[in-house]
Amino acid sequence: MTTTLNTVARLLTTPLVPQDFFDLINPLASSTDLRGRIEAIEPETVSETTRAATLRIRVGRGWRGHLAGQYVRLGVDIDGVRQWRTYSITSSITSKPLQTSHITVMVKAVADGLVSNYLVDEATAGTLVHLDHATGDFTLPSPMPDKLLFVTAGSGITPVMGMLRAHRDELTDVVLVHSARSADDVIFGDELRALARDEAIRLIEHHTVGRPRLTAQGLTELVPDWKRREAWACGPGGMLDDLETHYAAAGLSATLRTERFQTAAIPTGDGGAVTFTRSGVTTETNNGTTLLAAGEDAGVLMPSGCRMGVCFGCVVPLRSGAVRDVRNGDLTSANPGDGVLVQTCISAAAGPCQLDV
Amino acid sequence: MTTIQNKTVSPIDHLSAEDIENLGKELDAIRQQVLDTRGERDAAYIRRVITAQRTLEASSRIVLLFSLFPSAWLAGTTGLSVAKILENMEIGHNVLHGQWDWMRDPKIHSTTWEWDNASPAEQWKHAHNEEHHTYTNVIGKDGDLGYGIMRVDEEQPWHPFHLGQPLWNLINAFMFQYGIAAYDLKLGKNLKSKERRNNPEFRARVKATLRKVRTQGTRDYVVHPLLSGPSAMPTLAANVTANVVRNLWTHSVIMCGHFPEGVETFAYDSIDGETRGQWYLRQMIGSANISGSRFMHLMSGNLSFQIEHHLFPDLPSNRYQEIAPQVRAVFEKYGITYTSGPLVGQVASAWRKVIRLSLPNDGKMSSARAAERPIAAVAS
Repeated sequence: MTTTLNTVARLLTTPLVPQDFFDLINPLASSTDLRGRIEAIEPETVSETTRAATLRIRVGRGWRGHLAGQYVRLGVDIDGVRQWRTYSITSSITSKPLQTSHITVMVKAVADGLVSNYLVDEATAGTLVHLDHATGDFTLPSPMPDKLLFVTAGSGITPVMGMLRAHRDELTDVVLVHSARSADDVIFGDELRALARDEAIRLIEHHTVGRPRLTAQGLTELVPDWKRREAWACGPGGMLDDLETHYAAAGLSATLRTERFQTAAIPTGDGGAVTFTRSGVTTETNNGTTLLAAGEDAGVLMPSGCRMGVCFGCVVPLRSGAVRDVRNGDLTSANPGDGVLVQTCISAAAGPCQLDV
Repeated sequence: MTTIQNKTVSPIDHLSAEDIENLGKELDAIRQQVLDTRGERDAAYIRRVITAQRTLEASSRIVLLFSLFPSAWLAGTTGLSVAKILENMEIGHNVLHGQWDWMRDPKIHSTTWEWDNASPAEQWKHAHNEEHHTYTNVIGKDGDLGYGIMRVDEEQPWHPFHLGQPLWNLINAFMFQYGIAAYDLKLGKNLKSKERRNNPEFRARVKATLRKVRTQGTRDYVVHPLLSGPSAMPTLAANVTANVVRNLWTHSVIMCGHFPEGVETFAYDSIDGETRGQWYLRQMIGSANISGSRFMHLMSGNLSFQIEHHLFPDLPSNRYQEIAPQVRAVFEKYGITYTSGPLVGQVASAWRKVIRLSLPNDGKMSSARAAERPIAAVAS
């Protein structure tokens, strides 16, 4: 019966689908295209050097819930262009994910960050956003270990904040070592200090203004029983590398889980190595070579058309890296997880890039 | 008309090679200026048009459930006709051109869009974006010059078949969406030989088109009428009417793009080694605009700015009207005629040509054919 109804509904609306019309009424009701609506944006810190905000997002139908510590890809239209970025979910979880109507994510404005600055400064309540399902394995196990150690720096606190909020009642012995520029720069500073006052966690703040960065060696002095603790670390790559080396040296790699935030900076240059992922071919290109010519020369079966930027018959997804429009020099870039469609006949590599063809 | 290469007086003879390249640079600058300011306002525009079109289509179809009442029939049929025209012209044609790809919205993207037309988007994009927009008005390369059933240029050879072309054009106007589908399939050429007929790729494309024709026919002529219960027959009539109105309108608008007097054509070999400036120049003198109201521009999918569209097929359609004065200034600066006229006059002009060329040329053309010269040679 349902399938018959579906068939009729599809016939009524072809070449569109019924959902296209329902979207006119309520875009959040779609179960095929996950969307959300920003309901509130609250500034999270007061420091001049760190600006961050918590976004409260009403999630659409079809949201499958999340585990504390996971992240979500968020698509926002900025100046008409959809941009996707990944943010850690900081809201608590409910035991019944289908009842979850809201999530919160924390966004820290990064220098020159298009999306983060937009979300912190310009976005308003009511803005429609696009979502992927929550994902990531930086989560706490069940049953919960007795002794935990969290090592975070800067915005690396966000997934851990989600864990602390969600599992507060199950945690017995938690040490959190958090590194930030100053006390004012600690995101969720008030909430973390309140948890410490209530003895829910032991909080060690390391402020870096005028002091050296926290090293793994320094950490072992701050937390003498670190070897007996299951550890979760999130922060800059250098810090995580240092920790991983340290844990490996002690033969304790299995007790350390790390979460690396993707860097937004994509290397750009003139020309570069182009990888055609489906074909398994990588070829070096110079500044003047279009992606289409490079692919064809390398024996890749490239879609093509007018070869002059007019017909859009040659578009393929750019999975990562940056390309330059040879007509006017405009750059287009993609982060891993993206699939930005680019016209290969008028684009040249601007640094290493990956094409899904 | 005669291809520009064979004219005794060419409208671009006064332009030096340098002029043509400079003109190209000026047009590039106009394009860049649009790209630099393209953003939220444009995205909001296309989303608004899509929302309005879908709302109009849905409400018209709901009204038609009661089309037993003459007023409901009239309102529903009018609404559906307008909705279908918007869907094909301002939305479908332009989305399939990739004009909105920059938004990176998979729901409004040339690679995912399908439209309410017998020709599947994939096939239409190939025939239109790739062939027509690249080889615009080049005799023997641009099939849009007469769609393979008509002779719209003196240099296209005359055949007795062309005697009937006013009638062919009229029939094509009424069934335009099927005409486009047949044209995109290159039906005439592909049905000729057994080898072509049996080409698996051709057969697959025919299948895709037939599937689409069937689905859309079922929608308009079976499901919606049945749903209307006692209003079934009036709804059927309404849907037929809306499709015919859409066909007639789109056919007329599209005839105005390249067929009216004043539009130039080009010889087969003339575009070898064409520079960007020369390509621009060919688009400039190979297209004609329609003047009229904002509503007319919207309903024509801004193809009333055919010149601007052919210069910049990938710029958002809402910008053509804005840049038209700048484009026109470039025409004036370089002494090129900007062909434009009101809809009725342009349609009449195109029809006159269809009728005139149904007869063979007066003899001057066929006997004394000037040596074919490439556009570059004309320009130098």
